[in-house]
Amino acid sequence: MSGANRIPGAGRLTPAKTARFTFDGRPYTALEGDTVASALLANGVHLMGRSFKYHRPRGVVSAGPEEPNALIDVQRDAARRQPNVRATVQEVFDGVTIASQNRYPSLSFDVGSINNLLSPFFAAGFYYKTFMWPKKAWKHLYEPQIRAAAGLGVSPDQADPDHYAGRYAHCDVLVAGAGVAGLSAALAAAKTGASVILCDEQPEVGGALHFDTSVMIDGKPGFDWAQSVAAELAAMENVTVLTRTTAFGYYEHNFVGLVERVTDHLAKPDRRLPRERLWQVRAKQVVIATGAIERHMVFSNNDRPGILLASAARTYLNHFGVAVGRNVGVYTANDSAYEAAFDLKRAGVSIAAIVDCRQQPGAAVLAEASRLGIEVLTGHSVIDTAGKLRVSSMTVARNGGGSSRTMRIDALITSSGWTPSVHLFSQSRGKVAYDAESQRFLPGTYVQECISVGACNGTNGLQATIDEAIAAGRDRALKGGFTGGDTPAISGTNAFEWTGGMAGAAEGAGPDTTVKAFIDFQNDVCAKDIRLAVREGMHSIEHIKRFTTNGMATDQGKLSNIHGLAIAAEALGREIPKVGLTTFRAPYTPVTFGTLINHSRGDLFDPARKTPMHAFEEAKGAIFEDVGNWKRAWYYPRAGEDMHKAVDRECVTVRQSAGIFDASTLGKIEVVGPDAAKFLNLLYTNGWDTLKPGRCRYGIMLREDGFIYDDGVVGRMAEDRFHVTTTTGGAARVMHHMEDYLQTEFPHLDVWLTSATEQWAVIAVQGPKAREIIAPLVEGIDLSNEAFPHMSVAEGKICGVPTRLFRMSFTGELGFEVNVPADYGQAVMEAIWARAEPMGACMYGTETMHVLRAEKGYIIVGQDTDGTVTPDDASLGWAIGKKKPDFVGIRGLKRSDLVAEGRKQLVGLLTKDPKEVLEEGAQIVANPNEPVPMTMLGHVTSSYWSENCGRSIAMALVAGGKARLGQTLYVPMADRTIAVEVSEMVFFDKEGGRIHG
Amino acid sequence: MLLIRCPYCEEDRSELEFRSVGEAHIVRPDNIAEISDEAFAEYFFLRDNPKGLIYERWRHIHGCGRFFNAVRHTVSDKFVMTYKAGEPKPDLPAATPVAQPLAQEGAAK
Amino acid sequence: MRKYSVFAVAREALRGHKGWEAQWTSPEPRKEYDVIIVGGGGHGLGAAYYLAKEHGITNVAVIEKGWLGGGNTGRNTTIIRSNYLYDESMGIYEHSLKLWENLSQELNYNVMYSPRGVMMLSHNVHDQQVFKRHIHANRLHGIDNEWLTPEQAKEFCPPLDISASARYPLNGAALQRRGGTARHDAVAWGYARAASDMGVHVIQNCEVTGIRRGPDGRVIGVETSRGFIGARKVGVSASGHNTQIMEMADVRVPLTSNPLQALVSEPMKPIFPCVVMSNTVHAYISQSDKGELVIGAGTDQFVSYSQTGGLQIITHTLDAICELFPIFRRVKMMRQWGGITDNTPDRSPIQSKTPVPGLYVNCGWGTGGFKATPGSAHLFAHLIARDAPHQHGAGFTLDRFRTGRLIDEAAAAAVAH
Repeated sequence: MSGANRIPGAGRLTPAKTARFTFDGRPYTALEGDTVASALLANGVHLMGRSFKYHRPRGVVSAGPEEPNALIDVQRDAARRQPNVRATVQEVFDGVTIASQNRYPSLSFDVGSINNLLSPFFAAGFYYKTFMWPKKAWKHLYEPQIRAAAGLGVSPDQADPDHYAGRYAHCDVLVAGAGVAGLSAALAAAKTGASVILCDEQPEVGGALHFDTSVMIDGKPGFDWAQSVAAELAAMENVTVLTRTTAFGYYEHNFVGLVERVTDHLAKPDRRLPRERLWQVRAKQVVIATGAIERHMVFSNNDRPGILLASAARTYLNHFGVAVGRNVGVYTANDSAYEAAFDLKRAGVSIAAIVDCRQQPGAAVLAEASRLGIEVLTGHSVIDTAGKLRVSSMTVARNGGGSSRTMRIDALITSSGWTPSVHLFSQSRGKVAYDAESQRFLPGTYVQECISVGACNGTNGLQATIDEAIAAGRDRALKGGFTGGDTPAISGTNAFEWTGGMAGAAEGAGPDTTVKAFIDFQNDVCAKDIRLAVREGMHSIEHIKRFTTNGMATDQGKLSNIHGLAIAAEALGREIPKVGLTTFRAPYTPVTFGTLINHSRGDLFDPARKTPMHAFEEAKGAIFEDVGNWKRAWYYPRAGEDMHKAVDRECVTVRQSAGIFDASTLGKIEVVGPDAAKFLNLLYTNGWDTLKPGRCRYGIMLREDGFIYDDGVVGRMAEDRFHVTTTTGGAARVMHHMEDYLQTEFPHLDVWLTSATEQWAVIAVQGPKAREIIAPLVEGIDLSNEAFPHMSVAEGKICGVPTRLFRMSFTGELGFEVNVPADYGQAVMEAIWARAEPMGACMYGTETMHVLRAEKGYIIVGQDTDGTVTPDDASLGWAIGKKKPDFVGIRGLKRSDLVAEGRKQLVGLLTKDPKEVLEEGAQIVANPNEPVPMTMLGHVTSSYWSENCGRSIAMALVAGGKARLGQTLYVPMADRTIAVEVSEMVFFDKEGGRIHG
Repeated sequence: MLLIRCPYCEEDRSELEFRSVGEAHIVRPDNIAEISDEAFAEYFFLRDNPKGLIYERWRHIHGCGRFFNAVRHTVSDKFVMTYKAGEPKPDLPAATPVAQPLAQEGAAK
Repeated sequence: MRKYSVFAVAREALRGHKGWEAQWTSPEPRKEYDVIIVGGGGHGLGAAYYLAKEHGITNVAVIEKGWLGGGNTGRNTTIIRSNYLYDESMGIYEHSLKLWENLSQELNYNVMYSPRGVMMLSHNVHDQQVFKRHIHANRLHGIDNEWLTPEQAKEFCPPLDISASARYPLNGAALQRRGGTARHDAVAWGYARAASDMGVHVIQNCEVTGIRRGPDGRVIGVETSRGFIGARKVGVSASGHNTQIMEMADVRVPLTSNPLQALVSEPMKPIFPCVVMSNTVHAYISQSDKGELVIGAGTDQFVSYSQTGGLQIITHTLDAICELFPIFRRVKMMRQWGGITDNTPDRSPIQSKTPVPGLYVNCGWGTGGFKATPGSAHLFAHLIARDAPHQHGAGFTLDRFRTGRLIDEAAAAAVAH
């Protein structure tokens, strides 16, 4: 048995196919195809949630994604749990665990509902007026209480094991929504041969045909017609039909985001399938066929469980075969609710009365009501309801006063009219316009290539909708140049044309200020709150929204915005369009983070770059550090060594014998052409004309503002060919910077730039034994000091493969950097290591590289400089070509602040206590006793223990630093002050002899 | 995500392939070393920031690698045109119709 | 002005809240004001408030094109902190933070300043060097900022993934405990109410279309959609639209306006106790009192006034959020939106006199404007009233782009070597 309220013979579900689930621990049976909401209603459960602020008991209001109340927690297993799911959207699958939210200890007895009793105090915006005393209490008392009471569901507490997919798609026509309008438009477009994507948020196409069983199209019941058209479309090669797929956002240049729910409705999903899929569609044309959403009536206590939208009751009956009650009241300002009453009545449900606040409903519906024996009270209103956890009665009175009458009911269905879903249109930045006659906001001015059809365009009538949609679908395809195919002919009939509707508060909603007539159910916003906001000077609809939180709940005001606007307009004495409409923002319905990121997680979040020798280094026990996207070998600890011991050993080993270092991450740019030297003259501060082929030079690159941008060694391979190296982090932006100047400022220069960072593997061999290590492996290059002195480069072979061999050093030792094609990197490194290891050499990582270069006072751009440092500041003034007429940065360098006295300059620092290692980033002062705020002279940029020097060493940027050599300065730490002496920056081998081997 | 026409590839491609690189038609002075502080500040720091048509540079960095220029409306984000680097600045009236929203009226009266 | 208090709320509760008066009035503009502030965001309304309160200048109008607080004031992620690097920045942001600490009491309006702590994640050696530099500089300036180990960071923010297998494992974090969040709308409304009470005119739906100058070049008023309004001094504080307003007086300011996006999740019970930022993976996140995760996304690099932005910016941000907090992958985005930030070349603001006598500008706050609201407003009022900057605002001149004396917080964060 799938529920006592299932009406035999009603609905489209198959009685034999059942699924079991639990709600708050109690087992229930559903039918396949049920939503959680329909299944619970079938079992007589209306109470599904509690409201956000007052914790009032709430039942399901709708049968769609606009649902404000029935938000549930859906759990498949411990790690697959999701809060805030709409019970009206989540399909039941066998074994699913459903729980209600925002209640303690239980849904039917919630202590939070004390808020409802205190609600006179909790008027809109009350929190701005209190909780201010005592000052500290906000953080420690009030805010924690408010936070705990707020929120709805409970966040997952485990990493999500599901995976998600993403696809990009292009199409000629995207049709959003597969009701009558969307299907007709898609068919018309598809028949021209245009590529079409049709999507709909529901499991099955049909839209309003889910509930409107009076519709016949082309001789078939409307819903059946919809399925057959969908099948026809799906069979066409140029069409993709996506159900359970919501068009959630319309972005620039006809870019539309769709989310497809792939497996959340399945009891045993194939784990190879994604849970959800993000479609990012670039459509030449978009047809918006998103329909309309019914609004509820606004009156006193209109939020009790069992009070729901008329169209929802119709959907539950006609699609799911569920009666929302056995004795149902109807309250409406719109003809459409009558049809719900008729359907219920025909299914055997008794209708207490149709209460219509209009004096003159449509004649046709009145006649049918009379025929069916339903009492209709025109010119009446429901002024109150009763019932704690479910509505039990409604009180009806004639408009304008008079006696009232209370009727027993177990459900109340309402309709105040239909709001066109202009969300996507509005997201496309189209301007909506108010149609006074029909009291609706409709598409006004379009700004992108799209068109609205059907109910979302304010089109009334079935055939009019079909005709409009066919014309639009074909027209949009023709705009894309498609001319083939016939125009489909579709004809439909339905029982009634609907008229009427109202926006804002009905009779039973005040005007006194104590009535709770809800407009935004989830956020507990009542008509009186809107009036209060206006009274307090909130005259813009945006202010009213923010002050009352109307429309800010998870349903984003799909039911409430128009009501709020109408009530505000009335309170302000202005017309609705003069008050304005809040902006529609994406997403239309909430979208899972995991879907938005889809593949971009784990290894694909930000793929790590690894050098060609990574595996070798891993095998040698390297610990890696993140440098930009790169994984670089940081140090190579041996058994029992911590980082410091390992680095000390590596540092000493390099200077005593030799070390091998992976320098492949350095950026490399091949600069080629007759004007290559001219180009480098412009891009670097240095002069390049005098550099002979076979020689290298350290170059500095500035930005136009005169600050150091990058540095690196440049080798001249030939008159017209340079091998430029950059910092690791600077590789991409230096290339971009060079291309920018070459293409746009210096296009007359005949030069070609090629990034070669990933083409070369680079192995640095440094130390007194460096030459001895590589010499037997090298062919065709004389490695002697005379033939191949420091700062030389040559091409030849190593281990039988081509190499560009640099004689250079970032350690101050005799050194080589072996460049080989990347694929040979690991093999050559292995060969070098095979020779180096027996000679007592070591592998070393970036930390040792840092220490060794600091011992020599070599700077690292980005560590010792920070984008505010000039070459002079870094004692690199020598690298500026004094006679050069132009280079990038030449003018910036001359600005007054860049040549001012007292600039921060790079100097060495020696702690008075040689064992004391300064902290990088520590600040330097002259007077350690100055009260806070202290005058800071600069900061420590690099600081290490130098085993080779037997003491700590540091570099620092210090105001007027070069004039302070020998001075004592202070580094105030949290617990003590460290005295330091300003020194030269070279700490080891000050004469510099070792580099020449 | 914008759709941008690379004038070199002659294709409409996704914004993901491009990098925005600021205002177009700012020429580095030939005598840059001689210009005044004010002129340098103007050259290096001052940029047009119009609410309307902007002449801007893009690079098809994940495509052909070329820098090119574009005219775009900064409120609608619609492109009027793109053109190759070095081509003269198009002489467009400030309220060029192409950049205005498509004037298509909807259902509302 | 009727004082707000728990007693006032209780009294009103008993009579259906019928006694509340308008928080600010909407008078017809006068012919002339001593000072006109262009821009009714937090900075502009605050400047008007401080002009009245601290400088006795009450003949002031704030002119707003749309609705109060409808620009970046109402569109940001409400993060407040002061742990900047340079003396100038520390000065202005700490000045602001101190005002935040008493703002609810000062304005008699609960702005919900919530010092829940702002934690900046360090993922590599370079981050650590930069953060330590900040921490030491902050301490010597009198600003709290402390280094945490990854374990301490996790304790402070339990959803954080500190596992070594993360793409960018944490090696620590910098925490400013006094940093936090506040309620953005309340700041605008609180200043508007307090300023209005002292006689300041708050004029909404009034667009400035020109700045009129006298024969001597001095400002004499503004042209607006409601006609000419005279003023002895004009202070411009119109965030994304500062360029357009200043051009009306032929003043060019080095600004570009770029879209900045943000998003919120559906509301959930408290799960995220603080504010977390990561520069390396580009993410910042907190949880609002309503329970929504509030997530700041990136800036489009091109000039745009669209107040939207690409989906790719949002997805890229969420990549980072879900990498740092894998438990949030099943959480849903409820709403995304965009604002227009005005950015200077050195990413520090400009609060300065201009070449036009009587015209002052407050602009270029980029992504840092909300946290600076009270401080900026206070200093801007000082600048306008005295025609000279306050000591904490003195560095933020227009002239620095000529001399090269930039306040380059972004450059100081530098780039990975």
